[in-house]
Amino acid sequence: MSDRVIHVDGLTKRFGSFTAVDHISFDVKRGEIFGFLGANGAGKTTAMRMLCGLLDPTEGNADVAGFNVLTQAEEVKKHIGYMSQKFSMYEDLTVKENFEFYGGVYRLSQKTIKERLGEMLARLGLDHIEKTLVHDIPLGWKQKLSFSLALLHRPGIIFLDEPTGGVDPITRRQFWEMIYEAAADGVTIFVTTHYMDEAEYCDRVSIMVDGRISALDSPENLRKEFKAQTMDEVFRQLARGAKNAAG
Amino acid sequence: MRSLPHVIRKEFRQISRNKIMLPLLFVMPIVQLIVLSYAADFEVKNLNLAVIDHDRDPMSRALVDRFVASGYFTHVGQFQEVGAALEAIDREEADLVMTIPEDFSRSLRAGKPSNVQLLINAVNNQKASVANTYSQQVLALFNQERLFERFGGSAPGGLEISSAYWYNPKLNYKIFMVPGILAILVTMLTAFLSSINIIREREMGTIEQLNVSPLTKFEFILGKIIPFWIIGMVLMGFGLVVAYVLFGISTAGSTLLLFGFVSIYLVAILGFGILISTVTETQQQAMFITWFFLVIFLLLSGLFTPADNIPVWAKGINFFNPIKYFVEVMRMVMLKGSGWTDIRGHFAIIILFAIGFNFVAIRSYSKTTS
Repeated sequence: MSDRVIHVDGLTKRFGSFTAVDHISFDVKRGEIFGFLGANGAGKTTAMRMLCGLLDPTEGNADVAGFNVLTQAEEVKKHIGYMSQKFSMYEDLTVKENFEFYGGVYRLSQKTIKERLGEMLARLGLDHIEKTLVHDIPLGWKQKLSFSLALLHRPGIIFLDEPTGGVDPITRRQFWEMIYEAAADGVTIFVTTHYMDEAEYCDRVSIMVDGRISALDSPENLRKEFKAQTMDEVFRQLARGAKNAAG
Repeated sequence: MRSLPHVIRKEFRQISRNKIMLPLLFVMPIVQLIVLSYAADFEVKNLNLAVIDHDRDPMSRALVDRFVASGYFTHVGQFQEVGAALEAIDREEADLVMTIPEDFSRSLRAGKPSNVQLLINAVNNQKASVANTYSQQVLALFNQERLFERFGGSAPGGLEISSAYWYNPKLNYKIFMVPGILAILVTMLTAFLSSINIIREREMGTIEQLNVSPLTKFEFILGKIIPFWIIGMVLMGFGLVVAYVLFGISTAGSTLLLFGFVSIYLVAILGFGILISTVTETQQQAMFITWFFLVIFLLLSGLFTPADNIPVWAKGINFFNPIKYFVEVMRMVMLKGSGWTDIRGHFAIIILFAIGFNFVAIRSYSKTTS
């Protein structure tokens, strides 16, 4: 079972009388690009935050990278990367200083940080902004840098929470190329999105409606099953009966 | 604790990027010490004296001269009747009116008692009572001179009080205020800086990135406390230099002891600031709550009014007022030269505060929300 890097079993989160995540269960395999889809308010982010050890589950259990999120949350944190919806680099620090800080937090040596930063910037063609304040960098570049930063400590799994929100289609395309590269290196990608075209890029997708997983399969099989041309149609069919969804 | 140096370095880098904050940190103490020390002056001088002299005798004039010669009174006008003199008080031209009766000099020369009347504007009650005290002193002196004139060396002996003011011989108000104001300044800056700092991380979203990392909450909170502790210590040293250069106040006691106390006090105040930032959600909330506590602490601290004069229930609150202990220690060590044995009680209490605030702050900060 070493192939199974995320194992979720009946994971539930209630806020008062509202059930945000309702007994979800699934597995994610090593090196997989796992799309976690759902409308706003369907419970994607809540589920993801529980898997990252940011939020305590009300019920159920989950193992991430071989560690239990309830009892070994801090161990989980050593082995995952995370890129949140909110932009997570320090605006008043330079790119290099951000990498030095986060690298230090993951206990990497300054030499390793320097090497990896140089490598990443070269690959992105952004060598010239090493000493630029993050505040002065365009959003698309920031997004790519955030992703590189989340990969700095070479985690086995990376969680991306709507990573392409607010960026132009070209940057989105480039961003997904970065995701493929990381996956090719053996990193498991767990990504939430509400862009249905992005769902097509995933190996498997799960679609959440009202806190439950309504469908889980490869995009191809889902299209067949729902007799749809695109993932967008699949999603529309599933979301029709939703109660909590905002849009 | 291996990540701690990285957190501290990052904090200092951010502070150095802030183009307004850093200069302000060092301009503020100078400006506030000057403004507050010179302006927060309760010494009453230049009392404006209006006189109604019905006697018009050299002796009555001598009495008015005695008032002026005391240095506290300025003779601002001579009036014929009380109504006009009271109007002068209404116009704020006079603070008190002295009426000398027609038979003043005649009675005194005849060895009989006489009366003068003082009408004092008591809108500012503190000033009024000071004016009254000063007037009594001038009149007592005047009486003594009359007795001496009349009986010469054989004047009946009276009780004479000779006072010496210790620790502040000239009763210089600035000497009293500067150490206290320095205490407030160091407190306010470090409390505000620390309470806002973590909130800023929360508002920016960077705190989530840290919560999902292996950084422990001890490393995180220590990483916040240490930079501001260093700034607080530098600020304290800088303030002492300013106090010496501008006011000639040097520490009478041990500077090392003073810094020893400040080093623990800062841990307490920073813990307090961080506690506030863990229980609030926006910078605005943090500012208001910090302000709420600081104003109460400040008003009860004994900076402006003696902390011993407050009612018993307020004394109960004041037991938990860290600023009170700091102001007291500052005054004791800087002005009286108090030593370790005099302030060890203060040390004990502030150590408890430092442990207490930080314990609760670390407890209430959680990397995982429920």
